[in-house]
Amino acid sequence: MPTVFIPTMLQPLTGGVKQTDIEARNVRQIIDGLEELYPGIKVRLVEDGQIRPNVSVAIDGEIARMGLLEKVGEGSEVHFVPAIGGGSPDRSKPLK
Amino acid sequence: MDSSSNVVLSTQEYNVVGTRPIRHDGTDKVTGRAVYGGDFQTAGLLHGKVLRSPHAHARIKSIDISKALAHPGVRAVVTAKDLPYAPDKLADLGEGAANLKYLSNNVLAYDKVLYKGHAVAGVAAVSPHVAEEALSLIEVEYEVLPAVTNAPDGMKDDAPLLHDDLFTTFLGEKAEVPSNVANHIQYVVGDVEKGFQEADVIVEREYNMATVHQGYIEPTNATALWNADGKLTIWCSTQGAFVVRSVASEILRIPVSDIKVVPMEIGGGFGGKITIYVEPVAALLSRKTGRPVKLIMSRAEVFEGTGPTCGSYVRLKMGATKDGRITAAQAYMAYEAGAYPGAPIPQGTMCVFAPYNLENGRIDGYDVVVNKPKTSAYRAPGSPNAAFATETVIDEICEKIGMDPVEFRLRNASKEGTRRMDGPTYPRIGLVEVLEATKGHPHYSAPLGGPYRGRGIGTGFWGGIGLQSSCNISVNPDGTVTLVEGSTDIGGTRAAVAMQAAEVLGIAAEDVHPSVADTDSIGYTAVTGGSRTAFATGYAAYEAAQEVTQKMRERAATIWEASLDDVEYAEGVISHKSDPELRFTFKELAARLPGTGGLITATATVNPRGVGGAFATGIVDVEVDPDTGKVTILRYTVVQDAGKAVHPSYVEGQMQGGAVQGIGWALNEEYFFNDNAEMVNSSFLDYRMPTTLDLPMMDTVIVEVANPGHPYGVRGTGEVPIVPPLPAISNAIYRAIGVRLLSTPMSPGKVLEALWEKDEREKS
Repeated sequence: MPTVFIPTMLQPLTGGVKQTDIEARNVRQIIDGLEELYPGIKVRLVEDGQIRPNVSVAIDGEIARMGLLEKVGEGSEVHFVPAIGGGSPDRSKPLK
Repeated sequence: MDSSSNVVLSTQEYNVVGTRPIRHDGTDKVTGRAVYGGDFQTAGLLHGKVLRSPHAHARIKSIDISKALAHPGVRAVVTAKDLPYAPDKLADLGEGAANLKYLSNNVLAYDKVLYKGHAVAGVAAVSPHVAEEALSLIEVEYEVLPAVTNAPDGMKDDAPLLHDDLFTTFLGEKAEVPSNVANHIQYVVGDVEKGFQEADVIVEREYNMATVHQGYIEPTNATALWNADGKLTIWCSTQGAFVVRSVASEILRIPVSDIKVVPMEIGGGFGGKITIYVEPVAALLSRKTGRPVKLIMSRAEVFEGTGPTCGSYVRLKMGATKDGRITAAQAYMAYEAGAYPGAPIPQGTMCVFAPYNLENGRIDGYDVVVNKPKTSAYRAPGSPNAAFATETVIDEICEKIGMDPVEFRLRNASKEGTRRMDGPTYPRIGLVEVLEATKGHPHYSAPLGGPYRGRGIGTGFWGGIGLQSSCNISVNPDGTVTLVEGSTDIGGTRAAVAMQAAEVLGIAAEDVHPSVADTDSIGYTAVTGGSRTAFATGYAAYEAAQEVTQKMRERAATIWEASLDDVEYAEGVISHKSDPELRFTFKELAARLPGTGGLITATATVNPRGVGGAFATGIVDVEVDPDTGKVTILRYTVVQDAGKAVHPSYVEGQMQGGAVQGIGWALNEEYFFNDNAEMVNSSFLDYRMPTTLDLPMMDTVIVEVANPGHPYGVRGTGEVPIVPPLPAISNAIYRAIGVRLLSTPMSPGKVLEALWEKDEREKS
């Protein structure tokens, strides 16, 4: 099973658990599996059906380019890391 | 600059890869025929200028353009009101991403100006002089606001807020009150407190680094023609034509299919020409006038209106045992994003302890907006700021425990399988080999030969990126090939890409004719940045060339009426496996192509994994003048893992250029602000970059530990050499005069002050 490393920033949601194995074939299933184990974690990683723009997923050390559809292997390591760039302006306030 | 280079640990020799042919664009470059953005001319051209904010932070109360529009030579004036609504979403810029709303506001300020130099309005006129004159006719009423220009001040509770709708995020969790801190990143491994308790020596220091600019020699420029049919063409100086296309599409709200971006030759970028500045302004002015509009920034505009790299505050603590084992390390890193979020803090936190295998560590990184130009990438963005702290703390630890600095690094060096603090484990990397080559280099043990001289070293890491690249190869009947790619040529990448195709095809590098195409003429290709071009676009050339060899085999099989399985391709010769009479050289078969079914073309688009990552070390000897504080670089050696140097001369050029930029950052360069947060040294006279007169020959040692993720073992080389000079010079200055300088630039004044403080301490 793929091993998911819980980022430090999400460990308060896992009770300090730092890594876990989840039966999954892609990132979507990984996150759904995490949500089952640790409710509330999905919203920190997914927004509008996609990986949050401030988050990147690394599979075996390589940044995933296919988002939730990125495949994970039987022995893969999965990391969630901050994406390059960012900021979170209030989406309720359009520019014009 | 002559090159004194050697290559160690070459893992495999090739026919073309690893040789030094003359670059394909060399003649155009040395004769001045190469066409840059400023050279571009077309019928009916208008000239644009941009009005910029005189204030670091102000609310725009009104803009009156009527007098400017009334000028007889003025054809159009645009402000942010001419830009469509910008969506609040991230756009991938290749070596970073940026929020489109912020990008749009940075192109033309909407309701606030956030730094001196922030663009407010654009004018198109019959000449640059008329456009310049018209700027003075635009009346802008500002409400000046208090400004903040460094991260620690920006993080204070009572700091003036740049954006009242910016909230700190912590991996998906958003704070409830607005702040200048856009992001907080945290990594923790092991038990940090226990690690420090196990240490025999602990060193903790604070570091401040100045904002510096990439200093590319060619100013930012763009010409745009918005045709009556709605098609927009942009000719510009960019590291990524497709990035310009996609960001212009988002900002102007027109389909990418309506935009063609033509990348001109580029006079340097170093990360600073990834995002866009004047392109949308030129486009809007063109749409209003129906004529092409050219905008070229002045040097002052480049300094004040484009993105430098970040200034930073770093507090770093490290503990080690007497036998040189790091027991724990902790970093607090606050990077300035400039006016909008997006400091290279993810990269900085990735790099800060990347060279070392740590069991216990903690990193907190903060992305802080301040009233400076929005930062952009600059060679290994974020890594120099991090390494300046890590590598000087290590030097101090080495002094306290009496250990050789290279030996200390070797004892803690990351290697294959080491888990970096941000999570991933390393594939095969070459840090140990780099350190061994450093230790064994004659420079490292040479006598210093005089007083006030010192030697220092520093090590740096850059991860690099892969991303998408495309390449098209067409075989010509004369036995040459035409290679079309989408990567702006920086540092000889045309040659490096062409050579990889030549290697596969078994032909000479000179028989490949490479060119960089516009966005309508080649498949999507990400930015020339992230040390990716020789790796990823070279990979695309490799794949396209492989397809050519397959098609050449098929054609030979057809001509010989043989089975494809009986035809092989090796080193430019297509031959029948069992009949020695049946044999074509590449040129011979190319000549037969037109009459046997047509010429052959192959295309490849790749998005490769296996980037590899690269390490470099710098050895520097300095001499300090105790009367003036001037630091002279006596000798500098760059030792770097290139995986496989496709064209060693251009790899050496990257190593030398990167090191020189690092030296400039270390000793001279800084954005100097007055009390009103206004940059006051925005010229090359006052912003002092090193020249050839300031520096000795930069020696280079290319270490080659093949990257298993690339067919020829290539690693990115363009960025990491900027990292080591900053700590190496600080360490060398300490060895020379006994004072540690913890901020940049380590200018004469700062050196003198440190010497005077040392004298006072010794007296008391």
